[in-house]
Formats: sequence, structure tokens, C-alpha cells
Amino acid sequence: MEVGIVSYGAYVPRYRIKPEEIGRVWGTDGIAMGKGLMIFSKSVPGPDEDTITISVEAARNMMRRVDVDPKDIGAIYVGSESHPYAVKPSGTIVAEAIEASPELTVADFEFACKAGTAAIQTCMGLVGSGMMKYGVAIGADTSQGAPGDALEYSASAGGAAHMIGAEKIIARIDHTYSYTTDTPDFWRREGQMYPSHGGRFTGEPAYFKHIVSCARGLMKKAGTTPDDYAHAVFHQPNGKFPTRVAKQMGFTEAQGKLGLIVPHIGNTYSGAVPLGLAAILDEAKPGDRIFAIAYGSGAGSDGFDMTVTDEISTFKRDRAPTVKEQIANPKYLDYATYAKFRGKITLGRG
Amino acid sequence: MATAPRFWRQNPSRYNLIGIKCNSCGKNYFPPRAICPVCHRKSVGKIEPLKFKGEGAIFSFSEVHEGIDEKATLKPYLVAMVELDEGPKITGQVIDCDACDLKIGARVRTVLRKLSEEGSAGVIHYGYKFVPVRDKKE
Repeated sequence: MEVGIVSYGAYVPRYRIKPEEIGRVWGTDGIAMGKGLMIFSKSVPGPDEDTITISVEAARNMMRRVDVDPKDIGAIYVGSESHPYAVKPSGTIVAEAIEASPELTVADFEFACKAGTAAIQTCMGLVGSGMMKYGVAIGADTSQGAPGDALEYSASAGGAAHMIGAEKIIARIDHTYSYTTDTPDFWRREGQMYPSHGGRFTGEPAYFKHIVSCARGLMKKAGTTPDDYAHAVFHQPNGKFPTRVAKQMGFTEAQGKLGLIVPHIGNTYSGAVPLGLAAILDEAKPGDRIFAIAYGSGAGSDGFDMTVTDEISTFKRDRAPTVKEQIANPKYLDYATYAKFRGKITLGRG
Repeated sequence: MATAPRFWRQNPSRYNLIGIKCNSCGKNYFPPRAICPVCHRKSVGKIEPLKFKGEGAIFSFSEVHEGIDEKATLKPYLVAMVELDEGPKITGQVIDCDACDLKIGARVRTVLRKLSEEGSAGVIHYGYKFVPVRDKKE
């Protein structure tokens, strides 16, 4: 059975902070840091936003674009490393908020930055086996970097929801492939507020090895080369890594242009590839082939080979805001307000 | 005090703006009521749930500088009385904007946000707030 994306929706918080503002506080050259990372601003969630509210807004934008009965949704999986509760699923609130409850299965996924794409694969299996009509896969995060840490320049917030189904598919998923190893490049222990990372170890043996291995494995399985694709999106912890890996694999700058959103909003972690994919779908044409490789620390990569179908011509893309439209309405914060919003200030009350 | 069950009962209206329509007088109400305040007994059996679209216009608004403790990180914050397109006027916080961005009659729509938390270990309550409508798609 053919399966693919039936609808999608994105959400990016309105607030932003620039690297020079972060650098001003910590005595580092923020402009140089921003240039090095290719991040010129990052999104910041409002004090009343979290992974659940971001997931709900993305899922509602997804529902606006189709006339699907929410009761036909058989599964909702929310992939994130910043679920507001350690115990109590984010997905149940999303399910209620889009009126898909109660006859469906829900679970929260965690695999660093690739939990959202793991959810897409799970939905593909459930829909492809005929167990359900639609499955919803969400990747969303409100990631945190410790104050002054290099991560603080990139860790941002946002998310996207993708509805997987077998009818009226706008992007058929032709192949998927994963590459997974035990690599401790980035982690957060239970109860810790901020993650830890292996510095440069997060590069070659982690991000690059897994992305490249997954990309090669996927192209071998699909029998394709980079020239076959109109668009390519890679996990984007910063702008430098995906640009370098794309070049290394033989993809051109033009192929990566639509999906590279990290320079404007930072690293949305589990939201990164789902949002990049949404940005591509905002503008893709029938027949466009899309290559998507997510990466999650710990470590693994999920790859997708997709083809945009004729269905996208009649798909109601304009019923919800595009990624570009959401990126285009920033409200910049100073570091003090950012610290308050992100709970980095200890308040003298319970 | 454990407020989780009390909030939980209101989740359909807080998440999805489920109110009621009185089929006796045709008026819509939010939050939901068991009896129409106009038709009283005549409305019995004639009340049905109604999902409001969540769009409307600001009827009045205020900027709050001395608010409740749980909104300390949001101060100053904006609260508006919004006249929904289906009729009822409801009160809610307006977010992601400044007072200077608002005016009476401005279009707003609902989004889901955190309303409050019962401390760092308690339940998080979610519900509607308003954001200004920037164009027809938002």
C-alpha cells in the first residue's frame, strides 16, 4: 500500500533573540559566533508556551488544510526531548485539542532530535498495514542550552505535524531507511535542566557519520543519486553542519535552500526536519522528489525518499500560515527578558 | 488544593471553545450552561453543544500591571473582552503583542497556551488565549 503525507502544519513561536545579544552578556563575540554557526536569530517560546502548545498549534494548522474527520485519526505520536511532563503524555492533550479523542492510540517519543521522524515511520507502518486510516506524527521542542554554553546560541523552539495516510497523499513516501548506533554525543540525565554534550565529538563520529551513512543507505535502497531530488533537508543543529554534509554528499545549495530554516529560527531539535520538510511542502510542485535525513543524538538517523504528487495542486496550503510567513514576523528580545521567559532566573517563591 | 479535576471538567470548553446554542431563542452562550438565561424552563431539552470558531473582535481591553502571582513572568499582560463572531463576549488574555498593537474592534483568534501551573510539581492547565489576526490565514 502507498503511504505518505496527507497534510502538514507548522508552528514557530514569535519571539527571537540574536547571537550578538547572547554574546553581549557572556563576554563573547556573538556576531562571530552567529556567523560560525550560521544562525542569525533563534526562536524563543513565550512563557506560556511549551512542547504541548507548540504541538497543538502545529496539529491545528495541519487539520485546517484538509477536510479530514479527526475521529479518523488512529494514532498521535509526539516526538520531543522537552515534554512538559516526565510522566503524562503530551499527545493526549493534542488529541483532545484537535478532537481526535478518545478512540485512538497516543504515545510520546524521545530520540533526541529525531523523535518526530521516528513517529513518521511508526505511522507509516500502522497506516500501511491497514490498522488505521491516518496517523499523526509531531516533532516539537522548546530546547534549552545552559547559560553561556555554546548551545545557548542555537537551542530554540518550534514544531511541525505531519498526517500520514494512504488517500489523497500530497507527498508519497517511497522509501525510508534508518541508521542507528550507540554514540554518546549529547544527552540529558533525568532531572537535569540542561543537556550535556561531547563538544567536537558531536560532529564527525556523530552527526556526519550517521547522516552520511543513512543518506547513502537510503539512496542505495531507492536506487537514486542526489541529482534525482528537487529538494533536500538535513537535520540542522546549526547552519554549518547541514550545508557541509549536503555538499559532501553532492547536493547543491539550490536543493537545500527551501528546507534550511535554522539561520532564522535556530535549532528546533525534534522540530528541525519536520519543520524543514513543511517549509519544502509549502512551495513544492507535483513531481518534485524530496530527500530528508533527520539525526538524533545517541545516535541515529532516519531517512525519507518522497515524491510530491498531483494532489498538492488542489491541496489547501493557504488555509494555514506557511513556515516562511511564521518566520517573517519576529519580535526580538533582550537577554534579560529571554532569561525570564526561559525560566533561567531563580524566583524567590514557590 | 487539588484543582486538577475541576479544570479537567472544563477541558472541552477551554481547549476547543465548546459552548451551547439555545434552540428556543437561538442565542449562543459561552461557557456552556444547562439552562438558557433568557428562556429558562422553555430551553429544557433545547440546549445543544456548539463549537465556536474562536475568532472575534476586541470589545474592550486593559493592560494589567498588578496581576495575579502566577502571571508574574508575563507582567504587564493584556486582558480583553472579545466579542466572538457567533455572539458571546468572553474574556481572555491577549498574547504575543503589546498594548500599542491593539485597538477596540481589532480581530483576534484563539490559540492554546498554558493558563497556569500548580507549582513545579503540579498539573499544568492549558486553555485558550487570544492573538491578533495579522492576515486572513492567521
